[in-house]
Amino acid sequence: MRRKQQAAAREGGDWCRRRARRLELKPRGVGEIDRGAIMAQQGGDTNDSLRLASLWHSMHAISQQLSPTPGCEGIDLLQAHNFDLHCFQSLTGTKFFAVCETGAQNIEVLLKVIYELYTDFVLKNPFYEMEMPIRCELFDLNLVQVLQKDRVALLGR
Amino acid sequence: MPPLTGPKSGDALFASVDRVNAELFTLTYGAMVRQLLTDLEEVEEVNKQLDQMGYNIGTRLVDEFLAKSNVSRCVDFKETADVIAKLGFKMFLGVTATVTNWDAEGTSCSFVLEDNPLVDFVELPDICQGLQYCNVLSGVIRGALEMVSMKTEVTWVRDMLRGDDAYEMRVKLTKQVPEEYPYKDDD
Repeated sequence: MRRKQQAAAREGGDWCRRRARRLELKPRGVGEIDRGAIMAQQGGDTNDSLRLASLWHSMHAISQQLSPTPGCEGIDLLQAHNFDLHCFQSLTGTKFFAVCETGAQNIEVLLKVIYELYTDFVLKNPFYEMEMPIRCELFDLNLVQVLQKDRVALLGR
Repeated sequence: MPPLTGPKSGDALFASVDRVNAELFTLTYGAMVRQLLTDLEEVEEVNKQLDQMGYNIGTRLVDEFLAKSNVSRCVDFKETADVIAKLGFKMFLGVTATVTNWDAEGTSCSFVLEDNPLVDFVELPDICQGLQYCNVLSGVIRGALEMVSMKTEVTWVRDMLRGDDAYEMRVKLTKQVPEEYPYKDDD
């Protein structure tokens, strides 16, 4: 049973890799965005990220089926005890989600800005293959800049 | 962080993106077509290649368009066509197209371009008579619409390089393909 689940997860991962990108914002101490957490996603932790992203993609799709009323487009916000997960889905089906502290404000705006960064620095890179993990330095650089510049606006401190 | 706003107008969109010298754009495209003709020699092959290049461009371009223009989901194909003609063409080529010749079901229409920056200074010689010089545009539209779950067929009806009075491309919506549910029901 477990092996079948793992195989399904791996297959789901291959398929779902297409549609989810993961960003992690972990505020630490006095409101500083944890750069380490973002960098870790590009390092050896790619498989974990992919697994998580594929899980999220599946949940997002299932939620559309679960909805009691028609026209559900998926999950926007997941609130847990000590974190919030905000998700933005573009009209092309690509999802951007951010894990942040409970009650974080303006994350939807942040996700839209990140969508623009994605269209500029990832999609316009001719060597980036569609639906592969993002390894574009310019994207990372600009992403960190956006997060640091708006850290005060985002966290209010 | 700027507040979330509604969709922008075509002119505002065009003003907000970075622009490049139009001649540079025209000359680059011309050099590319010329090189393809030299490499592939057959006009039909070049047409196919231009369409494929356009398709690859379109699949990436659509996300940028959606991110920057802030449009919401279109209710029907008519709205999609209007958005492409007024906002899409304006944002990337600086010209607007007109949408005409709708068929009875509303799945097929024509985009008419009076002004086309790709073809400034271009004259087709006799040996290239079958060449669809702007075929990259049809590929772009096809690729872009496919990323938003619409399969289309795009063909050129009128071409000023062949002596017609305007550029007209016919876009036909063949299938709406919504995203498939990731799990098979019998697993």
